[in-house]
Amino acid sequence: MKELILIIVGSALVNNIILSQFQGLCPFLGVSKKVDTSVGMGGAVIFVITLACIATNLVYSLVLVPLKLEYLQTIAFILVIAALVQFVEMFLKKNIPSLYQALGVFLPLITTNCAVLGAALTNVQKGYGFIFSVANGLGTAVGFTIAIVLLASIRESIEDNDIPFNFQGSPIVLITSGLMAIAFMGFSGLI
Amino acid sequence: MNKCAERLYNGIIKENPTFVLMLGMCPTLAVTTTAINGVGMGLSTTAVLVFSNLIISALRKIIPDRVRIPAYIVIVASLVTVVQLLLQAYIPSLYESLGIYIPLIVVNCIILGRAEAYAAKNGVAESAFDGIGMGLGFTVGLTCIAIFRELLGNGAFFGMEIIPEDFRITIFGLAPGAFFVLAGLTALQNKFKAPSATNGPAQGSALACGGNCASCNGSACAANHSKLEEIRAQEEAKAAAAKKEAALKAAQVKKEAEAKKAAEMKAGE
Repeated sequence: MKELILIIVGSALVNNIILSQFQGLCPFLGVSKKVDTSVGMGGAVIFVITLACIATNLVYSLVLVPLKLEYLQTIAFILVIAALVQFVEMFLKKNIPSLYQALGVFLPLITTNCAVLGAALTNVQKGYGFIFSVANGLGTAVGFTIAIVLLASIRESIEDNDIPFNFQGSPIVLITSGLMAIAFMGFSGLI
Repeated sequence: MNKCAERLYNGIIKENPTFVLMLGMCPTLAVTTTAINGVGMGLSTTAVLVFSNLIISALRKIIPDRVRIPAYIVIVASLVTVVQLLLQAYIPSLYESLGIYIPLIVVNCIILGRAEAYAAKNGVAESAFDGIGMGLGFTVGLTCIAIFRELLGNGAFFGMEIIPEDFRITIFGLAPGAFFVLAGLTALQNKFKAPSATNGPAQGSALACGGNCASCNGSACAANHSKLEEIRAQEEAKAAAAKKEAALKAAQVKKEAEAKKAAEMKAGE
């Protein structure tokens, strides 16, 4: 139990997927203009990464390892993730329309998001079992959500600030993320 | 042959993926801690890009249109696996330091982007040269950023220590430094009004692609940008027209009022 909590805290805060691993930067910078949309994106990412970690772990341990095809992990994982996202989208559309309305638009955005593949590959690299993989995936996705929601709220509140012309637009967003990264470095003493 | 040279120029300078198109930002920020890493990542991506462009353009008439993206992903993923195994066998030090970012080349926007935007429509030779150009452009971009970060953060140039330890700014070698370097770069592009995907007026969306790397065709950023410009121009024209109309109306109202006043004065007399 203690190890599980350590893994979740570690992947959510200490090795934050965006601010220290730089995976999933496109949505981080692109979908962080409004807090509402960033919450939606975060929810979709939590959903997809957790499911993807379950699916890829099963594929890896039940198919690739017995057949001694571990070197095919990249191909297998990316296909599993792409198919999974499509399937989840169809399933939600048919059965849980309210959830689909909340997350639907974000699902296609994360099919080939590097954060999803990154989390799946990290699980294999670190040799996590099923439960640890799911915990790591959940932690990673929660870390993504924390970072993107924080950035969106900062961006909302600095929207009307008087920023020097050259730094308007993306430079100020990048500087904000850099400062957030410094803040998150403080968590490294946690574990 | 001329066309091939043009593809090289286009990839390295005119549509440089790092500086102009702003694609593949994840590896750009993640592996540029040292110049060697930047060169290694750039060349690995180049290898994948050249062969994926080659194969995809050779198969462009065979792959059905509806399943092209999954087909491209499988081709790219196979090539990435090949590169990964080669690196692991022959350059283990680079393999160690690049780590998880080698398999993540699969989801690099540049590769699927070029496949969709160029290789799927053009001949084999041009596509291969397009891959070489874009790959070298990416390598140049990564190396420039990496040299800068290594010099400031570790005081070294390709591993040679130049700056004594007391004068180093360690933060540039760490994660936040990557954001700061990129912020400085885009700010410079703003200043010199260089052609870049992120270079827009303040209220315009910065990374207009919205993160949809799957359907990004490599020039989505530029296309978005020109579309935004167009919309803005239209809106400005509309606003100007409305203003003109309002001014005309105001003038008319004023005239009428004056005429009324004059008439009243006349009546008073």
